[in-house]
Amino acid sequence: MTYRNPPTTPRKSATFDDYTLSEIRRAAATGIYDIRGAGAKRRLPHFDDLLVLGASISRYPLEGYRERCDTSVVLGSRHAKKPIELKIPITIAGMSFGSLSGPAKEALGRGATLSGTSTTTGDGGMTEEERGHSKTLVYQYLPSRYGMNPRDLRRADAIEIVVGQGAKPGGGGMLLGQKISDRVAEMRTLPKGIDQRSASRHPDWTGPDDLEIKILELREITDWEKPIYVKVGGARPYYDTALAVKSGADVVVIDGMQGGTAATQEVFIENVGQPTLACIRPAVQALQDLGMHRKVQLIISGGIRNGADVAKALALGVDAVSIGTAALVALGDNDPRWEAEYNELGTTAGAYDDWHEGRDPAGITTQDPELMKRLDPIAAGRRLANYLKVMTLEAQTIARACGKNSLHNLEPEDLVALTIEAAAMAGVPLAGTSWIPGKNGF
Amino acid sequence: MPAINVSKALDQSHASRVFDLAELPLRELNQALHDLTPGSNETAWEVLNPKGSHSVAVGVDQPVTIDVRGSVGYYCGGMNDGSAITVHGSAGPGVGENMMSGSITVKGDASQYAGATGRGGLLVIEGNASSRCGISMKGIDIVVHGNIGHMSAFMAQSGNLVVLGDAGDALGDSIYEARLFVRGKVGSLGADCIAKEMRPEHLEFLQGLLDRAGVTGVKAAEFTRYGSARTLYNFNIDNADAY
Repeated sequence: MTYRNPPTTPRKSATFDDYTLSEIRRAAATGIYDIRGAGAKRRLPHFDDLLVLGASISRYPLEGYRERCDTSVVLGSRHAKKPIELKIPITIAGMSFGSLSGPAKEALGRGATLSGTSTTTGDGGMTEEERGHSKTLVYQYLPSRYGMNPRDLRRADAIEIVVGQGAKPGGGGMLLGQKISDRVAEMRTLPKGIDQRSASRHPDWTGPDDLEIKILELREITDWEKPIYVKVGGARPYYDTALAVKSGADVVVIDGMQGGTAATQEVFIENVGQPTLACIRPAVQALQDLGMHRKVQLIISGGIRNGADVAKALALGVDAVSIGTAALVALGDNDPRWEAEYNELGTTAGAYDDWHEGRDPAGITTQDPELMKRLDPIAAGRRLANYLKVMTLEAQTIARACGKNSLHNLEPEDLVALTIEAAAMAGVPLAGTSWIPGKNGF
Repeated sequence: MPAINVSKALDQSHASRVFDLAELPLRELNQALHDLTPGSNETAWEVLNPKGSHSVAVGVDQPVTIDVRGSVGYYCGGMNDGSAITVHGSAGPGVGENMMSGSITVKGDASQYAGATGRGGLLVIEGNASSRCGISMKGIDIVVHGNIGHMSAFMAQSGNLVVLGDAGDALGDSIYEARLFVRGKVGSLGADCIAKEMRPEHLEFLQGLLDRAGVTGVKAAEFTRYGSARTLYNFNIDNADAY
């Protein structure tokens, strides 16, 4: 019997993992970067890395279901004659008609309205579906200005000047030809079927001094009635917040890198911007340094999934959160019931992100008339309302456990972190210690 | 809604309603213009002492005439929808931005982004216009008697930009279906923008537009038409160098 050396187990590189290898092969075969929807998929420090302390001998809790825990929030009280009053501090983020179908936009409006919150237009103008079914509608003012007009500006309940978004701070929108239907083309004043690349900068202002003048113009056009939000991608949250406040914003919206997009380059999504968790404390600090915390409201988005995320974000000082990806999942996006069709598209339920291709089996990120029919806007709106209700109850459960009679009374002292990274980003102690990395010289 | 001090604003000695921005705030001017209803007999307005004020006569949606006696700052006539505004001076950045309909005439020069994203109506600049004139235009007609600066008609989607003088560098970069007519020299053309033949329908259309803009003694045949080569409409990796 001959002796054979024992074989070693085949070892794959951690650096050149299966996904990386597949991407190199794909790039070599096609000669073009990968475009996809959604936000950063890599593991990032997040709200899961924080824990809530709850009551103890030094603090007493409120009775669940019996003692009131307020969830309402007012947005835009700084300058607007008609601030927005929401029943819950969870809003629906901007998503365009074009990237989403008309019925999907209607469903978002229905769900938000049932829940007493707002929904938001996107980079494609305002549709009758969403205006008609949204009690409170935020109208986005984007670099492309697709569909922008003074009539819709006055029909809006608030205006959101979009400087950037978390998936691609510094990048413009993208809507590929498959989704430029007749209706989308008309609303965007573009030829049908072209690959549409939105501008990354506003056409008629640059910098904070111009932004102040632009905000004045929008206020004058709308007779100072509407709250004006300024939305930025999570890049330089301290300075962006300070400059937005200086420019006259009523509300600052910061979208971390987990925030989704309809379509952009994978390399952009995964490598540009900061995690949502890393954006909150610098933004709150900027507001506090200017004496504007709670006077200019702060909305955070990017990876908000449940009531715990809401409670932790509010404890760190934000006034409201916004959801996009989670809202689409509540409508029916990536539902395993369409698994066979996801497989045909070369993916699986939960991983489908080729939203730009317009072949969404769930009928949400499409302009295909047959696929669109799969989404019942009434039932989908109800699912979104259910989900928002659960998130709110979850956040209240945590707040009551901390003895708070309002979600907005949660505070950083109610939190600890499980990792050093999260402790440093959130500015709360590492669990079991009094150590906040970066504070007191350590 | 705040009460407007009409008695102070209304100068009975003029046929038009006179607003002196040296005496009344901008807010009252724009509110009074927004309070106009269809059929109002206050059809002629005059704005005195603008002195570079921003956002003069923005968001007007009634067919009134507004004569601004002096130079204005940013966004004069922004989102105009039906009024006829004349600036008897020069205009700062973004004059007539996102205009829907109506007209704006600037007797002097215009700064950057004149007529940006405009959807309709007519913008006439009797002097020169700076860079990015007609950026992202979506249906507006712009006529410039003098020259225009660089990057004009960037990403222009629809409408017509007419220049009696010269155009700066990178004219019509990434242009979609807008049409550009330049009588003088063009510094350089931007990505996917090319010179095109002036067919009879273009000559006829341009002559009509020149007439509407009050341009006399200039023939449509003196212009060159520029527009999109449409090679960048659908992404092709072999065109990557063009961006």
